Amino acid sequence: MTRVMDDADVARALRRIAHEILERNKGGSDLVIVGIHTRGVPLAERLAGEIADIEGAPIPSGKLDIGLYRDDLDSRPTVSLGPTEIPVDIDKRTVVLVDDVLYTGRTIRAALDALADLGRPAVVQLAVLVDRGHRQLPIRADYVGKNIPTSLGEHVSVRLRSVDADEGVFIDAAHIGGDA
Amino acid sequence: MSDVLIAGGLVVTPDGPMGVDVLVREGIVAEVGESVRRDGATVLDASGAWVGPGFVDLHAHLREPGQEHKEDIVSGSAAAAAGGYTALVAMPNTDPPIDRGHLARFVADRGRAVGLVDVIPAGCISGGREGTALAHLDELWSAGVTLFTDDGDTVADAGLLRRAMEYVGQLGGVIAQHAIDGGLASGGQMHEGPLSSRLGMQGIPALAEEMTVARDLSLVRLTGCRYHLQHVSTAGSAALIAAAKREGLPVTSEVTPHHLAYDDSAVAGTDPAFKMMPPLRSVADMRALRDALRAGDIDAVATDHAPHADHEKDVPFEEAPFGVTGLEWAAAVTNTTCGLDPAAFFERLSVAPARIIGAADHGRLVEPGTPANLVVFDPGRRTLAGSTVSKSANSPHLGSHWDGGVRFTMLRGRLTHTLAGAAAP
Amino acid sequence: MRHLLTTETLDRAAIESLLDSADEFLDVLHRPIPKVPALRGKTVATLFFEPSTRTRMSFEKAAKALSADTMSFSPSTSSLKKGESLKDTVLTIHAMGVDCMVVRHEATGAAWRVAEWVDVPVINGGDGAHQHPTQALLDCLTIRQRFGGLDGLRIAIVGDVRHSRVARSDVFAMATLGAEITLIAPPTLLPLDTTGWPVGTSCNLDDVLTEFDVVYLLRVQAERGGASVFPSNAEYRERFGMTRERMSRLKPDTVVLHPGPMIRGIEIDAAVADDPRCLVLGQVTNGVAVRMSALYHLMGGVPVE
Repeated sequence: MTRVMDDADVARALRRIAHEILERNKGGSDLVIVGIHTRGVPLAERLAGEIADIEGAPIPSGKLDIGLYRDDLDSRPTVSLGPTEIPVDIDKRTVVLVDDVLYTGRTIRAALDALADLGRPAVVQLAVLVDRGHRQLPIRADYVGKNIPTSLGEHVSVRLRSVDADEGVFIDAAHIGGDA
Repeated sequence: MSDVLIAGGLVVTPDGPMGVDVLVREGIVAEVGESVRRDGATVLDASGAWVGPGFVDLHAHLREPGQEHKEDIVSGSAAAAAGGYTALVAMPNTDPPIDRGHLARFVADRGRAVGLVDVIPAGCISGGREGTALAHLDELWSAGVTLFTDDGDTVADAGLLRRAMEYVGQLGGVIAQHAIDGGLASGGQMHEGPLSSRLGMQGIPALAEEMTVARDLSLVRLTGCRYHLQHVSTAGSAALIAAAKREGLPVTSEVTPHHLAYDDSAVAGTDPAFKMMPPLRSVADMRALRDALRAGDIDAVATDHAPHADHEKDVPFEEAPFGVTGLEWAAAVTNTTCGLDPAAFFERLSVAPARIIGAADHGRLVEPGTPANLVVFDPGRRTLAGSTVSKSANSPHLGSHWDGGVRFTMLRGRLTHTLAGAAAP
Repeated sequence: MRHLLTTETLDRAAIESLLDSADEFLDVLHRPIPKVPALRGKTVATLFFEPSTRTRMSFEKAAKALSADTMSFSPSTSSLKKGESLKDTVLTIHAMGVDCMVVRHEATGAAWRVAEWVDVPVINGGDGAHQHPTQALLDCLTIRQRFGGLDGLRIAIVGDVRHSRVARSDVFAMATLGAEITLIAPPTLLPLDTTGWPVGTSCNLDDVLTEFDVVYLLRVQAERGGASVFPSNAEYRERFGMTRERMSRLKPDTVVLHPGPMIRGIEIDAAVADDPRCLVLGQVTNGVAVRMSALYHLMGGVPVE
């Protein structure tokens, strides 16, 4: 197991992404930050917090479970469902989806379908802590913490203080099996 | 037919079990001893096995005439022979039921023609098994019937039962009763107990049997007729019978291998392979039946072999007919559950049932001059009940391993069954 | 979990997982588009050999909200009248291509037989007087919504328990979640032998009425018990009915549940049925969500067992 980002790297990446979001969207009005269950959720909360620090005003953040929208239900055991709670109406807003690792793109596709059933945002953007390549769908991230080229046999894991014992991004060699 | 030498087994003789050889000549036991001459004889290896009188089943449903899709006298006889039986009593609840002499003769003749086991027809107590008027008891007696039963149904009318007992009693026959009170058992599917409450199914209380037995015993006391209680299923019934014997009443009884092997917890999965009448009862009942059989309070093991076709049993529990088969594994199941010594084993499976039905050629302990109706049973052989020669496969025993296997069955000196792979001609 | 046949074998974690998912499905049902694509392309067949419109519709709604297709079989118009066996009926429907079967039948154990004959998940929609697991799950969900959980709750199940599959499913599910259950009925309607059941029993509702947090009323089932189980409807109401008077004596937070259909005026007075403490309509809504949860847990992934 190799650590490629430590907790200081993660914090810096989130701060930079917060600035980029504000720059791209010319401010924080109409923004809602939505984290994809599981580790996208704490990242979204932290990102919303960073943006609020910079702007001096709170930014709504929510959580999205994509279990009911997956395209691989027939190849895995049933996954238990997490909560989907977005505190504001997403119609006409800019939704920034947040996830920890962008890989095949299938999770994001499912998240876009889930959002479509919840409303009609004006714009959807994507922020990820790590982009590890190997896209299977035409999906790209608007904001990336770190690009980490990997081979298919490797496994990238993100640990966050609020959920795990420590914080950082790790690569594990020779791990068979997908994450989306 | 050449001589047959059954060599090396533990033979159950009138002087007790002995390690001797048995020479069979022209259908008769010719010699029993340690160094029997064997020139020209076919040798059957009985080493490690018990040799004794072929088993006699007091209770088998061969389904012929009328329900041959379930079983017939050919397939039923084959199953019996495979189970070590040389004689069986065929129940009369066929279609038409055996309530006339010519029908009894039909069954006996068919059995003789098949020639694998001696088929002794039982006759109905009531005409058409309707429970209202007596069957042609004299006619049946003349046709060779000595055991009368409305099995499948209970003779509920005490007046009718009394008259039947008086009549059959003076003939010298035996009245056998399927003892279940119709009112208490109405709609019942299984034993009434905690499990039936849990499953939400109507149960049949032990009392349904015990009440009928108690009533019947009073009639036995009154008439003096020989009475045989079929398929005892409760501790209470076993106790009633034991007390009646002590009193000197002419009563006998039988228990099935499945009542020795299973209790009502077997029904928890609602598998119709465990549905029969009387039902499997509590663990305490099962243990009491084993004890009673060991002690001799219950005289005999009888299979109540009751075939039903696959499509009849492969339905929800409540829709399935009652009854399971078991001729092929009765001896092994009895051996596994009760651990009887050889003398007691043959007493319960052969000697007592032959005595009850009056089959003089069967159930004879092995000695020169007796008919060679024999079985070689290996009590130590672990056997899988994997398949059946019956037309029906509705047996709870299938798929399980049992301690004991029939190596050879011999009817009047001729082999009717040989275990595959046994050392034989 | 391969099939959902009984609550007797569901442990606490399994029940809570089903209820937690049901909570998420309640949210889905309240959205502008109350539908998710999770079971798109799958077919759910309802085989209701006993009459039931409401439970069958609840399952169909649940399947459709998950984007599954539905097929329903009903015996009155079917080949059973031509003598086809249950097994052949089930195999025929299975051969048409279904991914799940929901079975209701008057014979105990029918759903278990069906599960032996097919290789798709089977949900027991009610077998004889034995089990009706999705009903118990929706009852538990309803109680959990009101009280936060079932630990330590005192629950009365009143009425024809002897012939009730709802009661049997409820007893085991609610006890697993920590409730204390009392069965209240005349002696002819209590189960014959409750040895080993996690319940107490009573034949007098008035004696114990004020102890309970939940009163669960059952219908007197004339069609199941046969005519002679209770002297008359009026007597039943007098001794065991949830009358307005009894309702007034309940603790203020006590709620009343009923599996439906209600017979107003016998086991429940009209005024009680319309009281806000009677949660029957909530039960119905929860029923769709719970059935969505069951379908999702059985079909939304490869079987683990």
